[in-house]
Amino acid sequence: MSGHPLIGALSRLYEADRLLTLPAQLMAYESDALTVFQQRPAAVVIPQDRAEVVETIRLCHEHSVPFVARGSGTSLSGGSLPIADGIVIALNRLDSILRLDAEERIAVVEPGVINLKVSEAAKPFGLYYAPDPSSQSICTIGGNVAFNSGGAHCLKYGMTSNHVLGMTVALPDGEVVELGGESLEGVGPDLPGFFVGSEGLFGVALEITLRLLPIPETYRTVLAAYDSLHAAGDAVTAVVASGLLPGAIEIMDALAIKAAEVGAKAGYPTAPALLIVELEGEESAVEAEFAQLMQLIEETSPLEVRMAQTADERARIWKGRKAAFSAVGRLAPDYIVQDGVVPRSRLGDALAEIDRLSASYGIDVANVFHAGDGNLHPLILFDGREEGALERAEELAGEILELCVDLGGSITGEHGVGMEKRAFLPKMYGPLEMQAMEDVRRSVDSQSLANRGKMLPVGEAESLTHVGPHPLEKAGVIFRE
Amino acid sequence: MTNVAEIQDAVREARRVRVRGGGSKPALSLRDCEDDAQLLNLTTLKGVVEYQPDEYTFTARAGTSVAEIGAMLAEEGQYLPFDPPLAERGATLGGTVAAGLSGAGRYRYGGIRDFLIGIRFVDGQGQEIRGGGTVVKNAAGFDFPKLFVGSLGRLGVLTELTFKVFPQPPAFATVTADFGTLSDLLSALDAVTRSAIDLHAVDFAPTEEGWTLWARIGGLPHVLQERAQALQTVVSAGAGQTRCLSLYQDQKEESLWQAARSMEWLAQGMGLVRIPLTPQRIPAMEEALNGSTMATRRYSVGGNLLWLGWPDESTSESGEEDSSRDLHSLLLALNLQGVQLIGRARRSPIEGSGIDTDGGEDPLLGRPLQNAFLRRIAAALDPQGKFETW
Ligand SMILES: Cc1cc2nc3c(=O)[nH]c(=O)nc-3n(C[C@H](O)[C@H](O)[C@H](O)COP(=O)(O)OP(=O)(O)OC[C@H]3O[C@@H](n4cnc5c(N)ncnc54)[C@H](O)[C@@H]3O)c2cc1C
Repeated sequence: MSGHPLIGALSRLYEADRLLTLPAQLMAYESDALTVFQQRPAAVVIPQDRAEVVETIRLCHEHSVPFVARGSGTSLSGGSLPIADGIVIALNRLDSILRLDAEERIAVVEPGVINLKVSEAAKPFGLYYAPDPSSQSICTIGGNVAFNSGGAHCLKYGMTSNHVLGMTVALPDGEVVELGGESLEGVGPDLPGFFVGSEGLFGVALEITLRLLPIPETYRTVLAAYDSLHAAGDAVTAVVASGLLPGAIEIMDALAIKAAEVGAKAGYPTAPALLIVELEGEESAVEAEFAQLMQLIEETSPLEVRMAQTADERARIWKGRKAAFSAVGRLAPDYIVQDGVVPRSRLGDALAEIDRLSASYGIDVANVFHAGDGNLHPLILFDGREEGALERAEELAGEILELCVDLGGSITGEHGVGMEKRAFLPKMYGPLEMQAMEDVRRSVDSQSLANRGKMLPVGEAESLTHVGPHPLEKAGVIFRE
Repeated sequence: MTNVAEIQDAVREARRVRVRGGGSKPALSLRDCEDDAQLLNLTTLKGVVEYQPDEYTFTARAGTSVAEIGAMLAEEGQYLPFDPPLAERGATLGGTVAAGLSGAGRYRYGGIRDFLIGIRFVDGQGQEIRGGGTVVKNAAGFDFPKLFVGSLGRLGVLTELTFKVFPQPPAFATVTADFGTLSDLLSALDAVTRSAIDLHAVDFAPTEEGWTLWARIGGLPHVLQERAQALQTVVSAGAGQTRCLSLYQDQKEESLWQAARSMEWLAQGMGLVRIPLTPQRIPAMEEALNGSTMATRRYSVGGNLLWLGWPDESTSESGEEDSSRDLHSLLLALNLQGVQLIGRARRSPIEGSGIDTDGGEDPLLGRPLQNAFLRRIAAALDPQGKFETW
């Protein structure tokens, strides 16, 4: 595609070091954190300002070439996977915090700003940005917006969407629109809310206004070990029924505990299940609630209970939990993370079934999950060098997703549908819903250029049941290496 | 309308469709309709479909009254933390979503947009479509529930809604403080909203002698007194001069907020307009209102929302040209937007624009809402223009 007129047009917009077309240059962009999928784009552009992004999109539209916005490429669902012969717009250099207004408690940021940087910048004012994905030290706000990313602390204050007040967006033909504003309230349909979580299909967020919250006065974190996942799950039910509203409720199983140990030397007790509950808020309120919480937990017969007394101890508890994902990489050469949601009261059933599936496939599954809102993160371990291992791991992953849908849940709580789960979206929604989404997408993006092939199944060829090789793989569009 | 099929038929057959719930926001639902428009009354499409206290979720038909839901949740010690307003006037869940209304409690955990997790709606082609889900966390597919918050019945007819709920704090306390001037009030507001105190609500309003602030906290009863004292300290430690500080608890406290939810302060015969803004915009807003005695008002959500009582043109006798009553122009000048919920505000004809005073029927005031994103979405969901256009 090097002779394509679009490349010519782009080369007039970008200096050579910001327009990458050589295979060696493109390699770093060929996949995201779902590394089983790889795809070579026609070019990667590295804009330095908003005008360059808009012009790039406009040119893509003019030449009918699809594009993918890219933040840090940490998507776990293939969301930032390039499109064959398409353009990747790498937004990392749009990384300025444009305004931090402590009085209004907002931050206006460019899309390439790293999540954690927002809280760091807000800290001197006693404020922070609440959504805390485990990847927060590398992922971008643009990526968070596209996926409505969550984190351990979303139980009380919600996901990315609950913290985005306004946005400037380039629609897929380059038209720039303002959505929302700076107020917590708005007039008319909640357009920022509709854009968040649209996985890049509605265009590129150029500027995002985030709500900041006062840093809680204190945290109280408890870690309890149980002799089974079921017992830990019962403890969650007891906490939820008590009327306490913790900032986070997390569970890890034995394999995840092992990973956290290997990866982060967390010093966790060795047990079949660990529960982490954290309360946050004013000192006196948290003290009182913590007493209630401890009493509840004692009644659930834990094997061992540890309380974080200091900020250091708290950090250690969370370090293990947040490292669990990447640490699983130490237990097996490859893994797939799933992200299904089940109604909280069905957690026990879901885990028992995952256990059964794991045994019947002979594949290890480590479980780390946001128990408070029923968001599972089964980590399916395999060795990609083994013939057929990936396919079997994917098949198992698919069964887990179907299980979540059957239990009345969702196929994704925070990682997005992306490339990976698009065949499963029609299992969650009927043909009318799929059509409505496609209609809206077409109306916003008449040529389906923005992140084509993600979230929504494309064309007839892709069957609605996907087991085994990915439909695009069968079509020879993508490869695994 | 008692079932969805009836709504679907009506949408398919009518040339235009207008929707109405409990009629508590008549400026949105009881406007004069075009002759060829069919009015759908949704108050009969009601009832709770499912309530699962341990899941923190319930599903109900769109015409279910907010009051009924409040009572149901209270029995399980749960609530909708965003204080849905106008329940006493008969507000329905669907109408509250379509009007995008959250009350004072929105400050703490988010607004109606953050608690609505699933919907069913009839689109412009008469199809019933599901959006979102019934679990509290879900990132799959486009977020139709959020799109329908504030949609004013113009994108489709909501038929069923699923909400997330929260456990209600066992007790609340409210600190009230009086200030002599707006700037004193605003500095106290700044101090209290930037403190680490977990405020459930912060409202304020002008009084005859100055301003009153209400700050609400909630939690376990035995530490509430101590926390309220800390709150009082923060409120009075700001740069502003506090005149009088009081603490409310129990029934008296609850009735303060009950009155806020039902807009008791709104004088008989006045219209009601909802105006989002930020604390920094308040001085300009107050200057524009110019200490106006004709405007009763209450600022809510920590200064992010103004509920404005404004003379209702549809009932007022005076036909005289009084440009100070033109709220639309006032908001335009401040680059703000408003939605008329009750009554009708004056909207002077814009000279030379060819737009006559019929525009006074439009509940959307101030800066136009139009944008390409919304236009394209509406074209997909309602290709034949059955619902009102934006
Ligand atoms: C170790 C690890 C832990 C993780 N933990 C969590 C977690 O706890 N919670 C969670 O929710 N996720 C988690 N993730 C997933 C991932 O980090 C998030 O999805 C994150 O939001 C992606 O950000 P990114 O900058 O890497 O985006 P990318 O991967 O580069 O892009 C993600 C998607 O966003 C789109 N996009 C990027 N920028 C824009 C923009 N400006 N406008 C429009 N679309 C855009 C892309 O096209 C793509 O579809 C984790 C990932 C890893 C690797």
